[in-house]
Amino acid sequence: MIGSIASILVDGLAYAMFLFIVSVGLSVTMGLMGFVNLAHGAFAMAGGYVVLTAMRYFGVPFIAALALTFFVIGAVSVVFERTLYARLYKAGELDQVLLTIGLAFMAIAGATYFFGPIPQHITMPDWLAGHIDIGLRTVPTYRAFLILIGFALVIALWYGFERTTLGAKIRAAVDNRRMAQSVGINVDLLFTLTFAVGSGLAALGGGLSIHLLGLTPTFALVYLVLFLLVVSVGGLGSVKGTLVAALVLGIFDTTGKYLYAEAGGFFIYAIAMAVLLIKPAGLYGRE
Amino acid sequence: MAESNTVRDDKAAASSLSGRGVDFLLNRHRFKPAEALPWILAIAVYFFLPDRLTFGSQVLIMVLFALSLDLILGYAGIVTLGHAAFFGLGAYTVGLLVIRAGWNEPISSLFAAAAVAALAGFVSGWVLLRYRGFTLLMLTLATAVLLMELGNLRSDITGGYDGLPGMVIAPLFGVFEYDLYGKTNYLYTLAVLFVVFMIVRRIVYSPFGEALTGIRENVRRMHAIGAPVHRHLVVAYTIAAAIAGVAGALNAQTNAYVTLGVFEFERSAAVMVILILGGTGRLYGAFVGAVIYMVLEDDLAKWSPEFWQFGVGLLLVVTVLFARRGLLGLFEDIGRYISKKRAS
Repeated sequence: MIGSIASILVDGLAYAMFLFIVSVGLSVTMGLMGFVNLAHGAFAMAGGYVVLTAMRYFGVPFIAALALTFFVIGAVSVVFERTLYARLYKAGELDQVLLTIGLAFMAIAGATYFFGPIPQHITMPDWLAGHIDIGLRTVPTYRAFLILIGFALVIALWYGFERTTLGAKIRAAVDNRRMAQSVGINVDLLFTLTFAVGSGLAALGGGLSIHLLGLTPTFALVYLVLFLLVVSVGGLGSVKGTLVAALVLGIFDTTGKYLYAEAGGFFIYAIAMAVLLIKPAGLYGRE
Repeated sequence: MAESNTVRDDKAAASSLSGRGVDFLLNRHRFKPAEALPWILAIAVYFFLPDRLTFGSQVLIMVLFALSLDLILGYAGIVTLGHAAFFGLGAYTVGLLVIRAGWNEPISSLFAAAAVAALAGFVSGWVLLRYRGFTLLMLTLATAVLLMELGNLRSDITGGYDGLPGMVIAPLFGVFEYDLYGKTNYLYTLAVLFVVFMIVRRIVYSPFGEALTGIRENVRRMHAIGAPVHRHLVVAYTIAAAIAGVAGALNAQTNAYVTLGVFEFERSAAVMVILILGGTGRLYGAFVGAVIYMVLEDDLAKWSPEFWQFGVGLLLVVTVLFARRGLLGLFEDIGRYISKKRAS
């Protein structure tokens, strides 16, 4: 009994960490500019394919490939942000939704063209394959690794946001953009930077998810709904909120699938809707 | 009598003001000759492309679905990512009536589908339309997904992702059989589309339609002048849901098949793309968008699905950046440009 609770918890935590890593960038960029970015899942998907290509065709080790995808997709996203997104910051959410759905479609089509529609897998390095003993029972090493990375990122992001000048500037801009601008913070530059880091993290999450979920081009839209759910339940622009929402939704989803497989995603959508109806700005969002 | 007098007085006052804008407002609800064009084309298709009528019916259904979205997105400015919810409810109403209750009379099924979708539209609209922006987007999206998951949860009733196959629809009016070439079905769909279109046209040119446009353009001012904004929005949402339900019902009857796929996000996205492509807030945008989208999809998707999807994405990006008023808006701009050239 305790053993199966432990393994559900480990699976749920690993899944929650994946959700957190991908969603946190989306939350902060949406909090900063209020930009509805439905192409965020496409960045994660592209990140997955960068990892796949680097490992399969260039023999790059897994960890190095993860670092690579963070920087590559981060850099690529800046190009999109400057040329396309920047034109629509003042437009309504409909325009933003359409532009980014268009980008997501193009990304899916491109990935299908180059990699085919079938799920792709990568071979894990030996030290990540297999199981490790955590006392109660053995768990897959990869999931433990994912949870560790997730916690490391939570601490790094917390430090970055709460203890550095840059983080203070971002928080200021999320709270009140005009005020931040008027005290001399370059919000546009800040946003580009955050967007790059957020997309890089999405790519990292995409790379980390291959072993867990398999990688298909439709990843960009299938999981997008979950990322958006995490962001809206957590509250736009709140790292803490994103973490709490990712944990709640990730663990509930996994538990639900273990205990009552037919229900599928029903519970998490019901929970998410209930939260949004009671707190429209999310758990930790500003009203 | 008194009423017609006031109308005449209004007209006299208007012409004494001699604003072209006022003339436009007084006369815009009248039928223009060009408005007959889509219907003539639709009837021409029946005679000249008899082997493509099943596909034709699907195009007409998409027009109807896009028309329902136009009412709330184009006129009232409600951005929803879950409009497929009502399409799906309509489809399942017909499907469940046939399979579980043995009720297969087509026209009463349409009314049942409209009623179910309208009820869902009323309840969800009444609750959700208090929210705005991203929260509203997420709530509408979650509504459609929730319905899909609910259908999956009770797959003993709904048939789950395998769907409800083998629906047999009774002859129309008890006389006209559904034939293999979809002739009956095409005319039936066209007739339903025509009736619903007339109703929608009537709505958007009414004071109520004007109020919706007002809400879209400046919701604060509408609040300030005391318009019942929330009530207007809920009414529009309910009507749009009913029409989407009819579209879903027609879809189920045409295919004699319904699966949980009707609730998919892709469907909500596709209908939005169609409307944006044709042009929002102008009724006929739904026609132009649906025909172009469906014909291109039919040709290109068979040839290369990736190419098609890439094309749709590119089209969306280009439309948003350069032709925000859709193809019809683009035609208008071109027409205006040419007439200006000619005048000078």
